[in-house]
Amino acid sequence: MTEIIKLSATELAEKLRAGEVTSVQAVQAHLDRIAAVDGGERGVNAFLHLNAEEALAVAAEVDTIRAAGGAEAEALHPLAGVPIAIKDLIVTVGQPTTAGSRMLEGWMSPYDATVITKIRAAKLPMLGKTNLDEFAMGSSTEHSAYGPTRNPWDLDRIPGGSGGGSAAAVAAFEAPLALGTDTGGSIRQPGAVTGTVGVKPTYGGVSRYGAIAMASSLDQIGPVSRTVLDSAYLHELIGGHDPRDSTSLNEPVPALVEAARQGLTGDLTGVRVGVIAELQGEGYEAGVQARFDESLEVLRAAGAEIVEVHCPNFKYALGAYYLIMPSEVSSNLAKFDGVRYGKRVIPADGPVTIERVMGATRAAGFGDEVKRRIILGTYALSAGYYDAYYGSAQKVRTLVQRDFDAAFEKADVLISPTAPTVAFALGSKTDDPLAMYLNDVATIPANLAGVPGISVPGGLSEGLPVGIQFLAPAHEDARLYRVGAALESLLEKGWGGPLISQAPDLASAEKEGVA
Amino acid sequence: MSAISREDVVHLARLAHIEMSDAELDKMTGELGVIVDAIASVSEAAGADVPATSHPIPLSNVFREDVVGETLTVEQALQNAPDSEDSRFKVPAILDEE
Repeated sequence: MTEIIKLSATELAEKLRAGEVTSVQAVQAHLDRIAAVDGGERGVNAFLHLNAEEALAVAAEVDTIRAAGGAEAEALHPLAGVPIAIKDLIVTVGQPTTAGSRMLEGWMSPYDATVITKIRAAKLPMLGKTNLDEFAMGSSTEHSAYGPTRNPWDLDRIPGGSGGGSAAAVAAFEAPLALGTDTGGSIRQPGAVTGTVGVKPTYGGVSRYGAIAMASSLDQIGPVSRTVLDSAYLHELIGGHDPRDSTSLNEPVPALVEAARQGLTGDLTGVRVGVIAELQGEGYEAGVQARFDESLEVLRAAGAEIVEVHCPNFKYALGAYYLIMPSEVSSNLAKFDGVRYGKRVIPADGPVTIERVMGATRAAGFGDEVKRRIILGTYALSAGYYDAYYGSAQKVRTLVQRDFDAAFEKADVLISPTAPTVAFALGSKTDDPLAMYLNDVATIPANLAGVPGISVPGGLSEGLPVGIQFLAPAHEDARLYRVGAALESLLEKGWGGPLISQAPDLASAEKEGVA
Repeated sequence: MSAISREDVVHLARLAHIEMSDAELDKMTGELGVIVDAIASVSEAAGADVPATSHPIPLSNVFREDVVGETLTVEQALQNAPDSEDSRFKVPAILDEE
């Protein structure tokens, strides 16, 4: 039998239903894997907190229900008993939520995020909380206050960010499923550089109640997995209207699993795929471009019509994002004032006033990147600059939306590389914020316009994964799952199996490192 | 396009309630200058006739019934407070010299 941890979530769910594996066995197998590869000096460090006791209890409950049979067993969610990891930006009762920040070290949320309520109702055992750039600000997970996560493909490289922990956990077989959040690419870019699948749903498609806000007009929770079909199952579970999130879309979740299964047939006859001219060429590594061009050929062979589309205003998207996002950050993070929850630092000398306590608390509680963004946002929103910066950025947002509207008149989905490069070395960009920001050049336009996007593995360049991104019109997430699953299944035929099976064996890699 | 001056950063840090050392202020001034220069072109991208977009998918009049929903108990609300007294958050002095 295939090792439990190597199964996709869907395969594991089938074995659970068939009684070939118990949920307790599945949870224990993943906990054992985490114990083997996550800790230590050269461990993956995907997890900030482990929730073993509760996960095993939920697993045992699912096993009992299954063993008893009858209506309750029939009513179990398809993913019941399949373990999941949660990005530590999403609040959970019974587990600390840190947002990767010293500010919230040891903070215990008194309430669950809506996505967590749904996961509990569906009885997915939660393995623990995953590492991230502090308050989700970064593209490498190096801005976590709790140390960087390592890329399972090469432990000296970044796993992407901000959701590097969730992506690395899934890539390292520490979990079959994870939750992420995507404000400018934080689900899709880690997916690309770890050879996994990540989806940013349509803005409002998944409730954000209980996701610690970074930039509220951009943030979106979404699924992280090793296969497109697995993400479809998880997306259907967490999606849907939530009255507790006033930006939540009041419409049913699309039939995503059905769309993924349709895609797995490999037939894309009549589907128009638009190649975004502005998101390739200069700045994109040759190896990334080569895998991208091969993907286009595979799609063409599957019957898709490949057309070129132009999005001339995308060149302003990165700049607009780095005005809008910090502005919203400066507002959202004002609540960390050392009064109601989180860290409080008393100034070493001088009078202890609220203002001085706030200044000392925020100085000690926030890391450099968070401070940079708060100051930048405060600048963009300040008198005299507001119209030139924040106001202009909001207009660019309109232009980016118009570019998408025009492109989607010519194509059903758009395609680009997810990230311009493969995973870079840990530490190589931490002193150059601007170089770090450029990682998100291809993912940011979707957040500005609210449209959904998926990253699927597109092959290797110099032994490291390359991601292919599809984008669809708002509300049309199903299209992503169809084309994503089609590309995945066709590429896997060429590779002779999933890309992730080519990843190095972590257990032996670690031994080599020691020797 | 002039970069951000050190005085600007001192002022912004005060507005944002983040204490910064001299070394931090110097570093931040340099980094923000580079970032602002790189994104300044945004201000020339759109003409006056382009409307601003604040939310990607606009919804309006999202109301709920005016009824008491789920609330936290006093214990839950205070469980993470750095300091509390008599079922209330305890706040450091608002004014100096009192």
